Amino acid sequence: MDRGLGLYVHWPFCQAKCPYCDFNSHVAASVDQSRWQEAFLNEIARVREDVGPRKLSSMFFGGGTPSLMAAETVARTIEAAKDAWTPADDIEITLEANPTSVEADRFRSYAKAGVNRLSLGIQSLRDSDLIALGRLHTAVEAVAAYDIARSTFPRVSFDLIYARQNQAAAEWETELSEALELAADHVSLYQLTIEPGTAFGDRHAAGRLQGLPDENHSLDMFNITQDMTEAAGLPAYEVSNHARPGQESRHNLVYWRSGNWAGIGPGAHGRLTVNGLRIATECHSMPASWLDAVESTGNGYSRQYVVSEDDARIEAVMAGLRLAEGVPAYLLAEYNNINRLMDFGLLEHVSGFVRTTRLGRPLLDAILREILA
Amino acid sequence: MTDLSHIRNFSIVAHIDHGKSTLADRLIQMTGTMAERDMKEQVLDAMDIERERGITIKANTVRIEYPATDGQTYILNLIDTPGHVDFGYEVSRSMQAVEGSLLVVDASQGVEAQTLANAYQAIDADHEIVPVLNKIDLPASDTGRVSTQIEEVIGIDATDAIQISAKTGEGVPELLEAIVRRLPAPRGDADAPLKAMLVDSRYDPYLGVVVMIRVVDGKIRKGDQIVMMQTGARYRIDRLAVLKPEMADAAELGPGEIGVLTASIKQVRDTRVGDTITHERNPTREPLSGFKPSQPVVFCGLFPVDNGEFEALRDAIGKLALNDASFTSEMETSAALGFGFRCGFLGLLHLEVVRDRIEREYDIELITTAPSVIYHVHMRDGSMLELHNPADMPDPANIDHVGEPRIRATILVPDDYLGDVLKLCHDRRGVQEELSYAGSRAVVTYDLPLNEVVFDFHDRLKSVTKGYASFDYQLAGYQMDHLVKMQVLVNEEPVDALSMMVHRDRAEARGRAMCEKLKELIPRHMFKIPIQAAIGGRIIARETLSALRKDVTAKCYGGDATRKRKLLDKQKAGKRKMRQFGKVDIPQEAFIDALKMGE
Repeated sequence: MDRGLGLYVHWPFCQAKCPYCDFNSHVAASVDQSRWQEAFLNEIARVREDVGPRKLSSMFFGGGTPSLMAAETVARTIEAAKDAWTPADDIEITLEANPTSVEADRFRSYAKAGVNRLSLGIQSLRDSDLIALGRLHTAVEAVAAYDIARSTFPRVSFDLIYARQNQAAAEWETELSEALELAADHVSLYQLTIEPGTAFGDRHAAGRLQGLPDENHSLDMFNITQDMTEAAGLPAYEVSNHARPGQESRHNLVYWRSGNWAGIGPGAHGRLTVNGLRIATECHSMPASWLDAVESTGNGYSRQYVVSEDDARIEAVMAGLRLAEGVPAYLLAEYNNINRLMDFGLLEHVSGFVRTTRLGRPLLDAILREILA
Repeated sequence: MTDLSHIRNFSIVAHIDHGKSTLADRLIQMTGTMAERDMKEQVLDAMDIERERGITIKANTVRIEYPATDGQTYILNLIDTPGHVDFGYEVSRSMQAVEGSLLVVDASQGVEAQTLANAYQAIDADHEIVPVLNKIDLPASDTGRVSTQIEEVIGIDATDAIQISAKTGEGVPELLEAIVRRLPAPRGDADAPLKAMLVDSRYDPYLGVVVMIRVVDGKIRKGDQIVMMQTGARYRIDRLAVLKPEMADAAELGPGEIGVLTASIKQVRDTRVGDTITHERNPTREPLSGFKPSQPVVFCGLFPVDNGEFEALRDAIGKLALNDASFTSEMETSAALGFGFRCGFLGLLHLEVVRDRIEREYDIELITTAPSVIYHVHMRDGSMLELHNPADMPDPANIDHVGEPRIRATILVPDDYLGDVLKLCHDRRGVQEELSYAGSRAVVTYDLPLNEVVFDFHDRLKSVTKGYASFDYQLAGYQMDHLVKMQVLVNEEPVDALSMMVHRDRAEARGRAMCEKLKELIPRHMFKIPIQAAIGGRIIARETLSALRKDVTAKCYGGDATRKRKLLDKQKAGKRKMRQFGKVDIPQEAFIDALKMGE
């Protein structure tokens, strides 16, 4: 079944590095937009050679902060991808943006370039928390940018981070209801995760990051989130993603349903089925090395390998169980501890799919260890 | 053959770290026995583990030629003996092969528990003893005080103690002279039928079994047909040599001489230490009295962490047993741990050494279960069962009483820490037998159950005395006590590898401590897990490990697939080190760490 190809484009630059972020992002004094544009176009041409003609179902500009890209760069990249492959009639093209006024000024030209879905990193509706999270915008500014986005793009989503320092469940309830008032048809609600190698990670290791919720508290907030989004008509379709039915991020569904996607730009990963083999691709992760590799060798990949059938199935289970719909039951046929997890009420079997229950979803990592490790 | 009057045979006895191996090095070096370029530290300790731990495990010997000031050249045979209590039995039999001992005491430390234990063995063997005060180069050395201690605590005259620094060589020439003048020459009859003592044997991968012998009467030559009198086994001598300390061929060895022979003997078990070697033709009529073989006293299970390594473990244990007749093993199956071996050791150090060697030389990761002693389970029908493994405990209804091995422990400790030591011994069900003083040091003797000592007594002793106490023990027979088998149940299922024998009065405290410890050691699962200790059907302690409630990655997109899969591989590796018990995964370290009693 050809569900089409998703194309991920990584823009690795930010104005500032957020203390919680462990993505491949870098702060650069200046970026030569035309060199990067050229490099993206070359990569699209090269990947087209590798994978042949396909239906292009989605594109996603992620980062970093892709709303720092010149509109021209975005436009030419979209154009090149649409020329390389056959764009689906309903192609979804998402761009991640920061909600500052400077970036909001570019929204119109992004829309003109072909972006039809914006994902806005609002993160919090409380100014004190925005400061703690290292964000460069205020809540008022974010809402203003959101309003502009709503009037510019057919589809808009935004991200919030919760389970923050010293956040009471009741406070999150209030903030989330405000957010759901704003929400159009999609929100991403992430619990704050302390990742090693980030500023928060270092502070946490040194014992200087206080007030993080304990397990019970974070479970309470997770459950509140499930209930409130469901009541608002935006139920969770993935662990942290909520949408009105039909408004899910199609591009991200490609990952969770283990479809085909190409990844270009520093550190981008891809999974492509070519001649019946599942190929994993990885790009050079440092921006300068990637650019250099593309310019000097015509290839931004640092690594390409065949994913074994077993590993492909493991990846499919790990990603697929994040979805509310779960994974096709046959993927789990050989794991004999599934029944036990069903007995515990953590997994359930529904019309050919195995999925997590409400009880199981917040325990997904433990469930995956149980099944796969 | 060397004339008896020109031979001196001796051993060095000392507490650990008092400089025994350094002194042996210096004697070898200063007499030119070994070329300077071949010298390394502790030349007589052949195994890496011996060098690393600073201990001697197997007896070793070296033949030194020493031109004395009287113009004559003497043959000095030094037998280096194991210093540790676990190998005390080897010390005693090695001492039967020599006539004298150098009693080495660190002049900055003084007499310690092993000094005492080993000195008594030398006295028992009728040795002439030369006290040697070592480390006189250290500012902290106090020869006057230590001499007095030797006289007061051990009861031998220390007026003529030789003062040396094995490190710098100072005093070593005087010591060599004292060996010749003060130690007796061996006695023996060169014309009598051959009578030689089998002192020790070791397995060499190239030579097969190498047997260390001491000739008492007669002469032994290469090519001789010999008989081991206890086993009746007959061999032809392939090679006869003395150790310098490398093997140097010898045409013949006469009375008083010490050397080694090879005779196509396949394994160490084929030789019996203390056996008498004589000629097939014209044998001696009076064999030596011989020794009883050493018996393992501590038992534990060794299981491979990775069940797939069972065959490799079997192979490793087989190879180690080739060289170590005191180490026993038999296959064991545990519901929790799979296939492994129940092994017997001379003591805890012996256990650690064997375990280290398997892990290091054979690269097999091991799970070690709780060390146990041999209980005498007296049944109502009058029979007696030797219980090596608490898991095999018979139905208590059929048991009349249980006896446990006890030890006589000697502890030397500075006065300041005496209270802590007495408390520790009391907590371990000890009965004080004697308490005396040597200066500011207390010498305390306790009667203790061996099972209270085998696990972490030595570590605790070191910790409560900041390392200032020294400890030695002798086995002291069996005594009946109220011993019961305590089981641990994890998620309602008994975990056989955690079963242990405990005293009835202490079972509850022990059970509680164990449950608390396991609660820390077992990772949380997706369901709550009761952890219980039980005697028979009665629960005596209980803890509950709460269920995991939330564990999910917030963000996971296309770039995370590879990373997540790698993480899973790590988790798989971690899980291999766990033992699945019912529905519960128990980390392997839990099987040992759960027993540590702490404060």
